[in-house]
Amino acid sequence: MKTFKMGGIHPKEYKFSAGIQIQTASIPQQAIIPLGHYLGGPSLPVVQKGDKVKVGQMIGQASGFVSANVHASVSGVVNRIDVHLDASGYKVPSVFIDVHGDEWLETIDKSAEIKRECTLSSAEIIKRISDYGIVGLGGATFPTHVKLLPPPGKKATILIVNGVECEPYLTCDHQLMIEKGEEILVGVTILMKAIDVKRAIVGIENNKKDAISLMQKLAKTFVGIEILPLQVQYPQGGEKQLIDAAIGRQVPTGTLPIEVGAVVQNVATLFAVYEAVQKNKPLFERIVTITGKSLKNHGNFLARLGTPLANIVEQAGGVPEDTGKIVAGGPMMGRALSSLEVTVAKGTSGVLLIPALEAARKNMQNCIRCTKCVVACPMGLEPFLLMSQSERSMWTEMENERVMDCIECGCCSFACPSNRPLLDHIRYGKSIVGKIIRTRQAKK
Amino acid sequence: MVNQLLEKLYEPVRLKNSTNFKNLLAAGKLSNSMNKLIISPSPHVHSGDSVWKNMRDVLIALVPAYLAGLYFFGLGALIISFTAMLSCVVFEYLIQRYLIKGSTSITDGSALLTGLLLSFNLPSNLPVWIVIIGSLIAIGVAKMSFGGLGNNPFNPALVGRVFLLISFPAQMTSWPKPIPFNPAYLDAVTAATPLAILKGQFSEIPSTLNLFLGNMGGSMGEVSALALLIGFVYLLIRKTISWHIPISILLTVFIFTGILHLVNPELFSVSPLFHLLTGGLMLGAIFMATDYVTSPMNPRGMLIFGFGIGIITVVIRVFGSYPEGVSFAILIMNAFTPLINTLVKPKRFGEAKKA
Repeated sequence: MKTFKMGGIHPKEYKFSAGIQIQTASIPQQAIIPLGHYLGGPSLPVVQKGDKVKVGQMIGQASGFVSANVHASVSGVVNRIDVHLDASGYKVPSVFIDVHGDEWLETIDKSAEIKRECTLSSAEIIKRISDYGIVGLGGATFPTHVKLLPPPGKKATILIVNGVECEPYLTCDHQLMIEKGEEILVGVTILMKAIDVKRAIVGIENNKKDAISLMQKLAKTFVGIEILPLQVQYPQGGEKQLIDAAIGRQVPTGTLPIEVGAVVQNVATLFAVYEAVQKNKPLFERIVTITGKSLKNHGNFLARLGTPLANIVEQAGGVPEDTGKIVAGGPMMGRALSSLEVTVAKGTSGVLLIPALEAARKNMQNCIRCTKCVVACPMGLEPFLLMSQSERSMWTEMENERVMDCIECGCCSFACPSNRPLLDHIRYGKSIVGKIIRTRQAKK
Repeated sequence: MVNQLLEKLYEPVRLKNSTNFKNLLAAGKLSNSMNKLIISPSPHVHSGDSVWKNMRDVLIALVPAYLAGLYFFGLGALIISFTAMLSCVVFEYLIQRYLIKGSTSITDGSALLTGLLLSFNLPSNLPVWIVIIGSLIAIGVAKMSFGGLGNNPFNPALVGRVFLLISFPAQMTSWPKPIPFNPAYLDAVTAATPLAILKGQFSEIPSTLNLFLGNMGGSMGEVSALALLIGFVYLLIRKTISWHIPISILLTVFIFTGILHLVNPELFSVSPLFHLLTGGLMLGAIFMATDYVTSPMNPRGMLIFGFGIGIITVVIRVFGSYPEGVSFAILIMNAFTPLINTLVKPKRFGEAKKA
């Protein structure tokens, strides 16, 4: 069975919410929809205080090419446009909507019927994806249309679909594949048409055997889609790792996957593409996994954007008493939250409630130079060296040691027997080196 | 500055003023004791690995060789191993507590391991006071004076052994004869090591089977190749060490001595297998050269490191005046480790292929 060849770790899976049917999260009394929660420029509000909005109506417009539209997830009246805490820990401009009823735009097809035929042309598909605010739902939230429009001279040869879900605890993609497998595969054919490729590979880790067999059965009714079971290993869902695992090619350093002819999209994104293209439905809801060791009712919830996380956690049985840390996303790459007032954003794949006993880090000890971080690094870097360079502000040396290749997967910190916060220091150094590189490029 | 920044990140954030917290509290969903959430960057989980777990694995891997040492050398082996372990731990504690005045780290098991490895490298009829001096040099000079675990450039146990070898050459080169469960200690009957026999000491070389099992004169823990190899397999299974250093050392020695043997069988009369099974080569290759702190940090560097040790060992054994050279070889290559780490980099992901 295939997997990526360099580095990687095997954290315990704890997929408590696997196999639990997707439930619909209740609509909140007030939705707070953040306007700047994706990679790239923030979107600009196009509604004002007091405006009436319907579900699916555009409320924020993309501010550039690498940016995405935002749509209302609820119907009601715009209360105000103000800043609100999001998962990053910063306050970002958000639209507050007081909910009245649940009135959808008439153009949205609410039927459950699966539409396979797609009559739109490639350019129309990409325009639809861009108009309907679709971003990568795996967590990075990079605007999808940007990936579909390769730079001049480059041509995609294969579409790689990410159904890996290598983060421990999270099951939102797994459950989506089980319940919406056919829709996802229709989404795959739509994107294949959009970027004009004849072949697609759906990578799924082998701990999701039910999803693999189901998708394999469904894939037989489509042309050019291959379901590829992958050996379980973190961070297989990393774009470059997945390409390596699926087609055995390494994306050269400093370049994008298109360099090896690959376009990678997450299964949840493909479901959103399906809904946008076939059902005329903008991206305003997503699946969120709520889980944790002490939680009572683990679950996968279909939640509207802007729903406070507290509401969904409440539906899953409430915050357990022993909670010491709340994480938006998975335990390896998710962000610790200071409050459950944070609302569901396009990149919110889950909420993880970690018991206090496991939440605190252990004391750091001397580096014993055991090379476990070097062995674990999926990018072939030397985390121990980068950390000490970062501590000593050796930015030039860090750049030479290719700190910008770091994908911040956390394998180094995870593996360190001395509990050293390797990634913290590397991330800090990476941000400074990134700034230095940008200033240098601006001067040229 | 970074550290200040990070400390801030670790500081638990109080949620008392958050309205949502109040709502949850009112709804009985939160207890009063839970008024803090920890905010820290990812990752939020850890493998659970620790320094002690790694040291413990090496200690477990040394058990077969230890039992073989106790079998062949009896009481003396027991006395010197306990003396070395105890004095290493005590010296580390005293130095950390009273000289550095910091917290002690004797519970991580590294001092215990250094002590055991030191005793493995000593003849078992060595007086206790010499063992204690060796421990003091190993822990005090080679380890703590550089800043403790992780900062020492040279393998502490080997520094201790080589110091003793130079200071007490007579006691350090009179090895007891292997007698099962020997009750004698200081007055044990001595026997020459096979390598010393090669260098002119008159005696008969033991059979290859005896060399493999360890029935020969030598330091306490180095004699049984079989027991050491069992430990090696355990370490590989536990992924405590990688194969690169031991295999490259053993291969280099085997090939180099093999070439010498083929070129001139009369001058270099013994087979390469003899070199693999005698002296401290197995112990050195599997347990001393693979010391985390003093060996290179990536597979390519490890192979170069092992190659260097193999070459130097053979040169000392075959052409030098000492019968054995593994300790010197490892210490010399320890000195090259920082250079190797600087010059040899691991294979990077997406490394540009050379045109």
